[in-house]
Amino acid sequence: MSDAQEFLKDFPLLQHKINGQKIAYLDNGATTQKPEQMIQTLCGYYGGCNANPHRGAYALSIKATDIYENARARVQKFINAARPEEIIFTKNATEALNLVAYSYGLTNIKAGDEIVITISEHHSNLVPWQFVAKTKGATLKYIYLEKDGNLSEHDIETKITDKTKLVAVTQVSNVLGLVNDVRRVVDKAHSVGAVAVVDGSQSVAHMKVDVQAIDADFFAFSGHKMLSPMGIGVLYGKYDLLDAMPPFLRGGDMIEYVEEQNTTYAELPAKFEAGTQNVGGAAGLTAAIDYLEKLTFPRIEAIEKDLVDYALPQLRELPFIELYGCDSTRDNKTGIITFNVKDVHPHDVSTILDAEGVNIRAGHHCAQPLMKCLGQNATCRASFYFYNTREDVDRWIAALKKVRGVLGYAD
Amino acid sequence: MPTDLSDVYTEIVGEHSREPFNKYHLDHPTDCLKGHNPSCGDEITLELDVEDGVVKDASFTGVGCAISQASTDIMIDLIRGKTVEEARHLAHLFIGMIKREITDDKELEELEEALALKNISHMPARVKCAVLAWHTLDDALKDKEKA
Repeated sequence: MSDAQEFLKDFPLLQHKINGQKIAYLDNGATTQKPEQMIQTLCGYYGGCNANPHRGAYALSIKATDIYENARARVQKFINAARPEEIIFTKNATEALNLVAYSYGLTNIKAGDEIVITISEHHSNLVPWQFVAKTKGATLKYIYLEKDGNLSEHDIETKITDKTKLVAVTQVSNVLGLVNDVRRVVDKAHSVGAVAVVDGSQSVAHMKVDVQAIDADFFAFSGHKMLSPMGIGVLYGKYDLLDAMPPFLRGGDMIEYVEEQNTTYAELPAKFEAGTQNVGGAAGLTAAIDYLEKLTFPRIEAIEKDLVDYALPQLRELPFIELYGCDSTRDNKTGIITFNVKDVHPHDVSTILDAEGVNIRAGHHCAQPLMKCLGQNATCRASFYFYNTREDVDRWIAALKKVRGVLGYAD
Repeated sequence: MPTDLSDVYTEIVGEHSREPFNKYHLDHPTDCLKGHNPSCGDEITLELDVEDGVVKDASFTGVGCAISQASTDIMIDLIRGKTVEEARHLAHLFIGMIKREITDDKELEELEEALALKNISHMPARVKCAVLAWHTLDDALKDKEKA
């Protein structure tokens, strides 16, 4: 691929060697590497623009405020939110989802109500709902999967009922790598008067997301999974919902008036952004969005699809490889391939691949209920991004062929 | 981290993980204790038959990586028939070796076959796999000593 060199020069870390070897970085589902353009923006912010936004009346503080609010407007356009006030900056998707759970969930969900989520949720879109259900005496119900890993149509239709007050679903499973038809789930939720929360952690960096087109009430994602620094994330919420919700965290910058015994809160979005925010991170997120939009999503999708189409037939040739989520009957596979090597624990696979410079994820992927559903304690996962190459795939597969031998299996 | 995998996945580790000799249920264990690494999912249950301050028999069940399985299997070979005090001493010695707090080869000799796991001490990501069984054993026997 001639594109590969063009991308690689933008990613300083991918030019490094570890243990004398180039890195085949195949753990993009966990976090992506960072382009020089984003790193420069981050340095530029701290080197020339740093001040506390929204506070000082001096030029530097105004500049920092502009950078921060410009980032909000950039995110608004990126996911096509109706208004900038619908974009709340958080630490990551986990904090965004907890904001919804604590603020919306604890206020609106009552004893006897039902919350419906899917079995393929990451713990970040599962544990907060378990907490809300337990705290309020509500019931947590699960949409299970069809044989091919897609959400059970039957469960969507039958589990979401008049008792359902909230439905939470991921747009792309971080284990199976399948795109869920979230609009279908959102519509069903709305038909019974429930709100719909969509986890976009594995989607926003890989496909064009339009929050109005999917009609999500809330949408969460992390910056670090899309070329940005760690520590910046986004919660999108429909204005009227956010406006009616109580604050999540309380303190500086989220108030209107504070008296000894009473406080009135600021308008959106400040109401949900207590304390000094991650302005550098927001600047970095802006640069990341610039990078992705210049690259375009059709191109990113084409590269990822090429890598999956190149890898899967080779993996299917290997008798000792078991694949998960790779037999979807719909055309909805993203660049995530989850697998196991027969008789070998994923952590041993990961260690052995690491010795060959191939970085993959091993474990339960923060999705223990899904692992149980798949009948596995743990799995290995390779996840691609646009800077990966067929050579990375070749190295991955060559290393896989060595795994069983290292553990003394003769085949 | 050693680039030579054979330093870590030694023949001994391979043998004990492929066919753990001590992986079965005891008929009448006096103690069953679970140990797990929540971050990676290694999970073992140690079964002990402790009578008169002696570990008469031991076994384990569970799932995990080659290192956690082999380490558990090797540990059971080593502690079977030992007194509670001796078994705890060995656990401390092993954990000390993996954490690189005890480096004197002479002192470590007592660990016998478990010495094969020494190189794990150079792999921070896998230390917890190696020490899981030994921590579980130490926990199980701590109560025994009090009793």
